[in-house]
Amino acid sequence: MSLAIVNGRVIDPASGFSEPMDLLVKDGVIAKMGGKVKGTQTIDAQGCVVCPGLVDIHVHFREPGFESKETIASGSRAAARGGFTTVVTMANTRPVIDNAGMVEFIIRRARETACIKVRPAACATKGMEGAEITEMAELKEVGAVAVTDDGRDIASSAVMRRVLQYADMAGLTPMTHNEDETLAEGGAMNEGFTSTVLGIPGIPKAAEEIRIDRNVRLAEMTGTRLHVQHVTSAEGVDIVRRAKARGVRVTCETAPHYWMLTDDAVREFDTNAKMNPPLREQADVNAIIAGIKDGTIDCIATDHAPHTPTEKNVEFDLAPFGIIGLETALGLVITGLVEPGHITLERAIALMTAAPSAICNLGAGALREGGPADICIFDPAAAWTVRAEDFASLSRNSPFIGATLKGKVRYTLCDGRIVYHD
Amino acid sequence: MAESGHTVWTRKDLIGIQDLSREEIELVLDTAPQFVAVFRRESGIKKVPLLQGRLVVNWFYEPSTRTRTSFELAAKRLSADTLSMTASSSSAVKGETLHDTLANIEAMHTDVIVIRHSSAGAPHILAARHASHIINAGDGRHEHPTQALLDAFTMREHIRKRRGDPCAGLDGVKVAIIGDIEHSRVARSNIWALNKLGAQVTLCGPSTLMPVHVERMGVRMTTSLREAIHDADVIYALRIQLERQAKGLFPSLREYIRLFRIDNESLRHAPPHALIMHPGPINRDLELATEVADGPRSVILEQVSNGVAIRMAVMHLLVNSGRPA
Repeated sequence: MSLAIVNGRVIDPASGFSEPMDLLVKDGVIAKMGGKVKGTQTIDAQGCVVCPGLVDIHVHFREPGFESKETIASGSRAAARGGFTTVVTMANTRPVIDNAGMVEFIIRRARETACIKVRPAACATKGMEGAEITEMAELKEVGAVAVTDDGRDIASSAVMRRVLQYADMAGLTPMTHNEDETLAEGGAMNEGFTSTVLGIPGIPKAAEEIRIDRNVRLAEMTGTRLHVQHVTSAEGVDIVRRAKARGVRVTCETAPHYWMLTDDAVREFDTNAKMNPPLREQADVNAIIAGIKDGTIDCIATDHAPHTPTEKNVEFDLAPFGIIGLETALGLVITGLVEPGHITLERAIALMTAAPSAICNLGAGALREGGPADICIFDPAAAWTVRAEDFASLSRNSPFIGATLKGKVRYTLCDGRIVYHD
Repeated sequence: MAESGHTVWTRKDLIGIQDLSREEIELVLDTAPQFVAVFRRESGIKKVPLLQGRLVVNWFYEPSTRTRTSFELAAKRLSADTLSMTASSSSAVKGETLHDTLANIEAMHTDVIVIRHSSAGAPHILAARHASHIINAGDGRHEHPTQALLDAFTMREHIRKRRGDPCAGLDGVKVAIIGDIEHSRVARSNIWALNKLGAQVTLCGPSTLMPVHVERMGVRMTTSLREAIHDADVIYALRIQLERQAKGLFPSLREYIRLFRIDNESLRHAPPHALIMHPGPINRDLELATEVADGPRSVILEQVSNGVAIRMAVMHLLVNSGRPA
């Protein structure tokens, strides 16, 4: 059995290729790129882009512990619907992923239940308590691709220093959630004029920036790698920009809601506008877009953070932080970044494939003959409306429900299998 | 008709002052005097049948004596049936959502729900999804609309008396609000109301209890009490919560008193006609000295009396909008 993908425009940022081209998929790999291809099945990709399956290095699949929010199976279906074929899961499950057995559990559950490639991140510190570093060499051996205490701050600068140094030795990417919790304590949205008017306790931007700055300085001091998660503020972007100019080995990500929305989205007390870090202000949105344009921001991640409707259907300050993002990410990138002309479609795809793959050394996000047939086929011009009932995720916590987006995934292939079809 | 000039009340709920127009605020203020008159009836029957057969539920998630009693009395004087529900913890803690709790209350065929809640926005999210008339009796730090309305009414009554002009409004009136602005829903609702009515608001308090960018609400800000009150027509002291000191937001009650207490000494810098107001309950001798709280400039008890009339006006407008009073 073989599958021909014909009449599409192939965009492969890893090789810089962006031309009409046909592909042949056979036995789970890309058998042929270019020339005349013929398969037992054919996908007509007329008007569509054929690109590497998207890569998201920041998702929460909630398994084990919170399976009513999401499971590895449901999360992987949401990923497939969004065009993703590789994701990196965060470690703040219950129990947390802080030892080899738990990493193996995620890998086994992914093998048994996931339709795409699920690569676990492990905790940077035992129990995510910010005190003792985890057995990173063993975590790496059994398949972890990164270490992070995402969702929690590592308060001790000394511990963070050791995390960076030890992760470097183990060959794992350290990824940091940046939040001075003493400054953010009690906050539920960005601290600014809107929080003043609404009377909702605020989280100042400085809570994030102080930690980005500290972590960048520690990486500079130790000469090690650092990946800064979910950058949201103008100054946060600038700290990374200046660090890169000094030669610090730092990369960073942002998520679509940080360029699509401001804290104004909280005005109706919509708990789907509540996430951590919180939505910022228009000047920050502009700086995020500028950071994406000038390359300061290295990749796009979703921070897909499912919570059940019941959990979100509460008073704003009592609601959990987080929104789902896998199924809207590509549409938000095209609608918010490509359509207005901030970046090219090729660059957008790079930010969602080769770039994130490189940050966690995933070996994904590229199209090549003989390589795995992880492919996303999408129509960049197709408009669609986000509807709660269409989500493959178990959760519905998206602020984009009702929005009309450009860019619709038609097919997602993982190892040559069609794991999503529009 | 329940109208003031050409304004007709069309809202189902009263959630905040921010949403209201000047005309709507004035409509409430103009509806209140007829209810003040009800209390003063020579017949001694201090009651009107405007909400007869209606059910008003006072649903309080935070302790409150004054506001709850005021709403209850207002409902009773409109001849409504009343029910009080106090909850020591939030519904989320009990495992029931706020919407579920209200759906259960509404199953008993309520007309008006008066809610106080520690979470900003709780009345807002309920009003959007439930049929009852929702009145916000204070939500977190967000709004306390009936307090602002009764405060504006009280100020207006005094301005009218002083100027001998029965139609005078609050245009140009200078109001100094003193204390913990950050945690105060009373301050926020008063700022909206007073700005819309043309008054000039100055906020004064410790810098650590001043919300960020509050000046963008259209107020002046100062940390000098003398500067705040030197030209004030109204001095409005807020209650200082003792737990704020425990959280390190100001160093000591002693220093708070030194800088921000309204007493005879600090009042030497205010115009002699300045009214003293407070939303209650007072921390005697803390934010307000006894000699001032009980002094001739204090209209604190008038605020309480007017509160009942304003809440009657609000309930009447919500339930009977457009019908003759």
